[in-house]
Amino acid sequence: MDPINAIVALLNFVVIPATAYGAQLAIGALGVTMIYGILRFSNFAHGDTMAFGAMCTILVTWLFQSWGLHLWVLPTALLALPFGIAATAALLIFTDRAVYRFYRRQKAAPVILVIVSMGVMFVMNGLVRFIIGVEDQNFLDGERFIISARTFKEMTGLDEGLAFKTSQGLTIVTAVVVVAALFWFLNRTRTGKSMRAFSDNEDLALLSGINPEKVVTYTWIIVAGLATIAGVLYGLDKSFKPFTYFQLLLPIFAAAIVGGLGSPIGAIAGGFVIAFSEITVTYAFKKVLGYFAPGGWEPDSLMQLLSTDYKFAVSFAILIIVLLFKPTGLFKGKSV
Amino acid sequence: MTHQIRAIGMFAAVFALIALTGFTSSWNVALGIINMGLISAIMALGVNMQWGYAGLFNVGVMGFVALGGLGAVIVSMPPVGEAWATGGLRVLLALAVALGTIVAAIKLWGRMAPGRARGLAMLALLVVGFFLFRFLFDPAVEAIEAVNPAATGYLGGLGLPVLLAWPIGGALAAGAAWIVGKTALGLRSDYLAIATLGIAEIIIAVLKNEDWMTRGVKNVIGIPRSPVPYEIDLQNSPGFVEKMTAWGFDPVTASSIVVKLCYASLFTAVLLLLLWASQMALNSPWGRMMRAIRDNEVAAEAMGKDVTGRHLQIFILGSAICGLAGAMMTTLDGQLTPGTYQPLRFTFLIWVMVIVGGSGNNWGSVLGGFLIWFLWVEVEPIGLWLMDVITSGMADGSALKTHLLESAAHMRLLTMGLILLLVLRFSPRGLIPER
Repeated sequence: MDPINAIVALLNFVVIPATAYGAQLAIGALGVTMIYGILRFSNFAHGDTMAFGAMCTILVTWLFQSWGLHLWVLPTALLALPFGIAATAALLIFTDRAVYRFYRRQKAAPVILVIVSMGVMFVMNGLVRFIIGVEDQNFLDGERFIISARTFKEMTGLDEGLAFKTSQGLTIVTAVVVVAALFWFLNRTRTGKSMRAFSDNEDLALLSGINPEKVVTYTWIIVAGLATIAGVLYGLDKSFKPFTYFQLLLPIFAAAIVGGLGSPIGAIAGGFVIAFSEITVTYAFKKVLGYFAPGGWEPDSLMQLLSTDYKFAVSFAILIIVLLFKPTGLFKGKSV
Repeated sequence: MTHQIRAIGMFAAVFALIALTGFTSSWNVALGIINMGLISAIMALGVNMQWGYAGLFNVGVMGFVALGGLGAVIVSMPPVGEAWATGGLRVLLALAVALGTIVAAIKLWGRMAPGRARGLAMLALLVVGFFLFRFLFDPAVEAIEAVNPAATGYLGGLGLPVLLAWPIGGALAAGAAWIVGKTALGLRSDYLAIATLGIAEIIIAVLKNEDWMTRGVKNVIGIPRSPVPYEIDLQNSPGFVEKMTAWGFDPVTASSIVVKLCYASLFTAVLLLLLWASQMALNSPWGRMMRAIRDNEVAAEAMGKDVTGRHLQIFILGSAICGLAGAMMTTLDGQLTPGTYQPLRFTFLIWVMVIVGGSGNNWGSVLGGFLIWFLWVEVEPIGLWLMDVITSGMADGSALKTHLLESAAHMRLLTMGLILLLVLRFSPRGLIPER
């Protein structure tokens, strides 16, 4: 029996990675849910928007690095982030004017907009591959760890190390800041309130003189910010590869739907639900259980419920279970 | 009448484009495009049934196509006797236990009164079933995968002719579609889309990981093609070589063209049969009912039509056609490579075919299948040529020039997206619209 080591191992391999991943999913899902709330369609291009934002940030990061510009122990990517957001916002607003606005004027059915977003997804995916290629790109610099496994072992004298990566700490801090800022914006500012009004009841909002085009433009700018931040954080934490961003679409949508499409709080809750279940179900508990078991009773097998490649199955199973029992999600979402 | 002339003209244009490839590059390439075009057209027919007839938003095409490919392996590969002896029955028993547990859980949910006891009982049943399954399954899988892992390491198939695999691949996909449909078809369109996207990823994950069944990423190669001859046999047969030399062809090129022609005729037969059946179905009372449901579910329900039932039916039919096409594709490739299934290529590209061709119109889907597949193949050389022209003025060895030339390969996705967006904008009903 060695519960302290067991808890440290659990923290190191499950809780910390899941929290960081959950925060990334939550910010991604917030973007999806904002578009669903205001523009009323599921944006299939969201994963590729994240990839585009991350790519712009990476390019600017490389430029700064070549100038010798650094941000002390933090990654240079933080300095480049505003430029990435600006570029993504420009692209999204251009896409809206060139593509989506036409269908909005026509009052096209939401499912048509979903198909249109499939086209946008192809174009953005092609654009990212065209500009930066399909290879893995590493752009993390500065200090890699807040606490490295070895320092932790030396500090505490335990057998298990606890590593806390800078990217994980950064993800959690950024997520808190972003969510706080977003809720402040939605609840306290005039524009934010008009966006919520538009989301709740479009006709009434129009009647009270809210300019729909302005609401839509602000939405795209916020979505650009959320998508770029989520993309950059994910890229810093794991690595940047355009294809993995496309695959993030599934857990992100699962998070948004589990929480309730159109509900910002739901998106955050959904992100953590998905991340924690994905990592818990696919983690091999051999070590943790070994510490808990009395001597001689340590498990022989990996004690892994499912192999890591089945993480999609976990998002999917949760999605189905929630939809069967609570069709509008944990927090009441909307449906068009 | 003008509709028909327009449609015929478009088909003629697409085949002229493919023929042009034959004249300018090679007939081998052109026939390759035709073969995959035929398969793409069948996939597009399946998606068109779901989307065009019934308005079901299925973005899990990739999964059903891959299941068809699995069907080809299971039917036509020779069985691995040793693997069956070491763990075959145990795996089957484990799968039976898993299935039994799920069925029992569903029955239990229906029988017991709602409340905490029901939840706990079902949870306990599932947990016990899961551990029993893993207890039976894990050692058997280990034993099977240890049997000569470099060459087999899986159960193999039934060793039957590969043509049988086509309907069986379709049936496998239909079975999966039944499960998906039962759980997810009640959902709204967006939710159904995400659910099908998820199921496709799960199917690919299963194919990649369950080495005892599919060899996973080690791939199954050399799937036998029973009715179609092998190139090497043709080249070794003196009669064939003599005939081709007499006609003035190079026997090596001729052998591969003959093989491709054999496939093309088989695929054409399947496509024509399906097209005929789809047209009959679309113009029957059943087809009219489907379109009525698509256009106004509430009204159709008020007329006493079983909307959920019909949705399930057409979801299964469309998925079965995708599975059939998947089995045909695996037969054509002669191998199952689970690592190559990607949603952009096997789900969204099929959607581009359906939308560009004209959703709701079977001929449109077929046209879209050929046209988009032709472009998918040809955009890369065209892009390279375009980049050559653009960069011709730049200094050799400049970073931008190298980058542009290297990136030309990625023009494909960009072009497909642009085509989809342009068609949706300027001809939203597609090239051959529904009448």
